[in-house]
Amino acid sequence: MKPVQRIHGVAVGLEMGNVDTDQIVPARYLYRNRSDGFADTLFRDMRFDPQGREDGSFPLNGPEADQATILVTLDNFGCGSSREHAVWALNDAGFRAVIAVSFGDIFRNNAHENGLLPIVLEEHEVMHLLAHVKAGPAKLTVDLESQRVTLPNGTCFSFEIDSAARENLLLGRSKIDATHTLMNTIDAFEEAYLGRHPWSR
Amino acid sequence: MTGGRTLFEKIWDAHEITVSENGESLLYVDRHFIHDGTSQAFEKLELAGHTVRSPHKTFGTADHYVPTRNGLEGLPDPERRAMVLRLEEDAKRHNIRCFGFGHHNQGIVHVIGPELGLTLPGFLLVCGDSHTSTHGALGAFAFGVGASEVAHVLATQTIWQARPKTMRITLDGHAGVGVTAKDMILHMIGMIGAGGATGHVIEYSGSGIEALSMEGRLTLCNMSIEAGARAGLIAPDTKTVAYLKGKTFAPSGADWDHAVMHWQTLTSDSDAAFDRDVRIDTGDISPTVTWGTSPEDAVPVTAAVPDPQGEPDAERRARMIRALDYMDLKPGTPMESITVDRVFIGSCTNSRIEDLRAVAEILKGHKTKIPAMVVPGSMIVKAAAEAEGLDRIFVEAGVEWRDPGCSMCVAMNGVDVVGPGERCASTSNRNFAGRQGRAARTHLMSPAMAAATAVAGHIVDPRKSLVAGA
Repeated sequence: MKPVQRIHGVAVGLEMGNVDTDQIVPARYLYRNRSDGFADTLFRDMRFDPQGREDGSFPLNGPEADQATILVTLDNFGCGSSREHAVWALNDAGFRAVIAVSFGDIFRNNAHENGLLPIVLEEHEVMHLLAHVKAGPAKLTVDLESQRVTLPNGTCFSFEIDSAARENLLLGRSKIDATHTLMNTIDAFEEAYLGRHPWSR
Repeated sequence: MTGGRTLFEKIWDAHEITVSENGESLLYVDRHFIHDGTSQAFEKLELAGHTVRSPHKTFGTADHYVPTRNGLEGLPDPERRAMVLRLEEDAKRHNIRCFGFGHHNQGIVHVIGPELGLTLPGFLLVCGDSHTSTHGALGAFAFGVGASEVAHVLATQTIWQARPKTMRITLDGHAGVGVTAKDMILHMIGMIGAGGATGHVIEYSGSGIEALSMEGRLTLCNMSIEAGARAGLIAPDTKTVAYLKGKTFAPSGADWDHAVMHWQTLTSDSDAAFDRDVRIDTGDISPTVTWGTSPEDAVPVTAAVPDPQGEPDAERRARMIRALDYMDLKPGTPMESITVDRVFIGSCTNSRIEDLRAVAEILKGHKTKIPAMVVPGSMIVKAAAEAEGLDRIFVEAGVEWRDPGCSMCVAMNGVDVVGPGERCASTSNRNFAGRQGRAARTHLMSPAMAAATAVAGHIVDPRKSLVAGA
């Protein structure tokens, strides 16, 4: 997993709430292998009509949107299905951070596992960013170390993030490797736990 | 901290192996389920050179991609068929017990876990599927995870989690005639919103919950995720114990007695504090149906499609206008006047024997006006329904009786799909745009309402059929 420290890049806005993971990646693409890539499936049915024609009004089809590394959106982004493909599609399309009013819990965990930084800001701060990016392709700077999102004019917003997620993202660390160093602790716990709960054996 | 602990806190504490410096807990996993959408997790596990730590704690079943008629021939697409077969290959390679396509225990993962006694009170249970919240109906802390976390559980039998907040939803009072667990949960999501419980574990309590059957409780907990909840939870009681006794994988002998004694301690202490408390009078709930593209877009079936102009919040208003456009509905249209093209009865929400009995009760002696299918949740449900003769009632009413799987809820097998622009009355859990097929329009409802809708050809209050049939 690539470490995430500072992201300076083009931001695009998706001014919608409750964007579920079925919208992010339709279920008909889920059988692909991870190595096949999911960039072309991202927001597929919002970006293209059934004949494959691009909807020019969709923000991700706009000028310079293919350069975008930061997505700005509203509340409950990534609600619904647990499909990690939603995060993979954003990764594969070049996104490194998503700024939203709130996230679905499973999506947020999946993002942490894949070096995609989910940032929660206050609604008025998100609306400020959306107004900024709607005027045309705009660059933002996201700094995980200092936990700040900065606009080109110097305006900046601080964000909170779970400290474990922050550390793993900064280091690009996989959880499995960290857990494997605790195997003795796990073995000891398991023996005691199964002694108390033998029906779980 | 003073005061008692909630049920959730008791289960969490019992499974906490260690807490990291930054406050995350490493939790022990009692039970893990996998399905035919787990191949990427195995890919990840194997690429990293890990093995499965405790294969006997994981069980597999084929559900997402399986065909629901004509055997494997009913799955023409080779890539989807490969997913069904890959589950069995992955399971075999790692010594994991698997109920593959055609196995007598096969079915939707959230139906088979409880019915086989693999889901037990007090368990910490995970699965790479968001509707894992279902299993909370038995008093297990159960939640959905992504592929990376599946790989982590396979490799270590543990999972890292930040402790969620707690929320108690109390449903007191008697449910009216024709009001089911599905109506209760749709009503609740309509009330608190699709993100209303994000970051929380919901514990359901009150006389309205105690009165529910296990099937009803499974329906209720199943859709907790549609309010954003990490999990739904109901304290085990005598119904839970009676339900589990004698199930295939439930404990027996001394283990059973020991387990039952432990399960009796799994309740929230009377002085336990919850981060949030919500109260609902069960008597206020009507048969409920959705009009839009989020489960929170729920109204009583006797109501009309709401008018966005009456919505003060601009973002919410824009969302409603988009949903109405997608659904091709006009504000003020009575819900009962909406004609539908097909009916789907099934899914991890409503495909259990009690659901099928409710459907049969409405369909008996009637013919459906529109195409309808009933997809049982598992081979066990299918056999039970056939032993009761429910299948004959369905077929005589003109309804297709299928084989178990996720089918048209998620439209992943490539054949059980709602066509573009078609309107489907569905007992499933998500009315998201494109969920049941590209440009498909979904109205979520109870099995009874779906059956009555199949007979009428339009959305209808099931209480009318129940009165007429009485």
